[in-house]
Amino acid sequence: MQTEIKFAGFGGQGILLSAKLLAYAAMKQDFFVAWVPSYGPEMRGGTAYCTVVISDKRIGSPIIKNPSHLVAMNRPSLEKFANDVKPGGVIFINSSLISTRSERDDITELIVPANDIAIKSGSVRAANIVALSAFAAKAKLVDLELLKNCVKEEFAAKAKIIPLNMKAFDEGVNIANNS
Amino acid sequence: MAKVLMKGNEAIGEAAIRAGCKNYFAYPITPQSEVAEYLVKRMPEVDGVFLQGESEVAVGYMIFGAAGCGERVFTTSSSPGISLMGEAISYIAAAQVPAVFVNIVRGGPGLGGILPSQGDYFQATKGGGHGDYRLLVLAPDGVQEAVEMTMKAFTLAEKYRGPVMILGDGLIGQMMEPVEFPDDLRTEPSNKDDWASSGMDTRKSDKRNLVKSLFLDPKELNDNNLALKAKYIQMKKEEVLYEGYNTDVDYKILITSYGTMSRVCKTAIDMMKEEGIEVGLLRPKTLFPFPEEAVFNAATKESCKSVISIEMSMGQMVEDVERCVKGQREINFYGECGGDIPTPEKIIEIIKELL
Repeated sequence: MQTEIKFAGFGGQGILLSAKLLAYAAMKQDFFVAWVPSYGPEMRGGTAYCTVVISDKRIGSPIIKNPSHLVAMNRPSLEKFANDVKPGGVIFINSSLISTRSERDDITELIVPANDIAIKSGSVRAANIVALSAFAAKAKLVDLELLKNCVKEEFAAKAKIIPLNMKAFDEGVNIANNS
Repeated sequence: MAKVLMKGNEAIGEAAIRAGCKNYFAYPITPQSEVAEYLVKRMPEVDGVFLQGESEVAVGYMIFGAAGCGERVFTTSSSPGISLMGEAISYIAAAQVPAVFVNIVRGGPGLGGILPSQGDYFQATKGGGHGDYRLLVLAPDGVQEAVEMTMKAFTLAEKYRGPVMILGDGLIGQMMEPVEFPDDLRTEPSNKDDWASSGMDTRKSDKRNLVKSLFLDPKELNDNNLALKAKYIQMKKEEVLYEGYNTDVDYKILITSYGTMSRVCKTAIDMMKEEGIEVGLLRPKTLFPFPEEAVFNAATKESCKSVISIEMSMGQMVEDVERCVKGQREINFYGECGGDIPTPEKIIEIIKELL
């Protein structure tokens, strides 16, 4: 069984980090994983996207045309990738920045105002963590406690921002569970 | 040791350290700059040296210098940077000193692009620099294999006293996968008394050694090239590595592919198998020495009607495949080289046209 998740947004939104944390948690659960960034001549504000592949057997092609799920952090990402998602998948929509929807009825939309929740948690920069935890709670790919620990470990060198990221994580889980 | 999640570029840097290499000279270029970014922090922790050259030309000769002194040394670069090192690689081969070069290939020719490519196959396997020399070329298909090949490269470079190249691509450099650094691949630098230059206090011998690549006497030059040739013949006997995938069934079509591209082909093969279509894959892990016999045998299997080489280039390895199959089967080619890696779906479409 293989699952692919595309994270997409603009540079600076922490897209690559969210994806890495998910891959890291899956690795800790003994899955095969690959984290495949789109790299190009981009700068802050440019587009950033990244695919995480999680599998119970060795991963062949890390190049994925149709991911199982999509985490869209801005509108261009939703417009560009919504139609690629396989039927039955989850499309996360950051409604703080995206006013439109996927217009698909064969997927589950998870609509979360990630930026607003992050601001309430202490910093807009934690929007990627809100998105990660909300998506993970909905898609049920990895153990949430383990994922939360990975977030904590990631910020080990910046202890000051751990509490706000933990709060952002919990808020993301809550909103996914109540949606 | 537990697995860690690392980018290919960082993992290659760590692998060199684990292999006992404490000298790294480089000049940054996308898509491999993370190796330098990683080693600038990591080398001092192991009392190693990282020095950024003023250009890849300079880096090539820093490598030559360190290798001539008997030090384990390596560099990483990407296509245009490797071109600039070509002269030094030729000198290193002629002078018979060990060194490891990692090419995280990007699109070319010229400045090309920064996305993954396999356009440097010819450069790596057929020359790059001038003169009668060959590079031992290892082609990993992912981060773990990049680690293992980097670690083994140092022993191979010392065994053959010459340059060894790891031919990766931008995807292998940029992708993160879980990796382990096998302890049994950690080796001690070999006895360098036989070849390192005189005057080094790390040598244990009084024998006079001169590291040079200039042989004005015709016989001396011919003898040196014969010595090189003998090594390449030995490599062909002892170092050929390849992998067969789905080759134990009766396949109608054989794919030849290496590196990142071969992984995409494997997924395509799995998908076609579900439809009842059998396709085999022969993946060279060493590009020189090339698995000549294995390619011939896989291609001429009775069930096999034709061969297709699939590459992220306009057709380079396919020439070696043609050479090895000796006209016994029809040889086809498919390649893309702008930087968009063909998907498994695309490969299936191409294969179905051949059926």
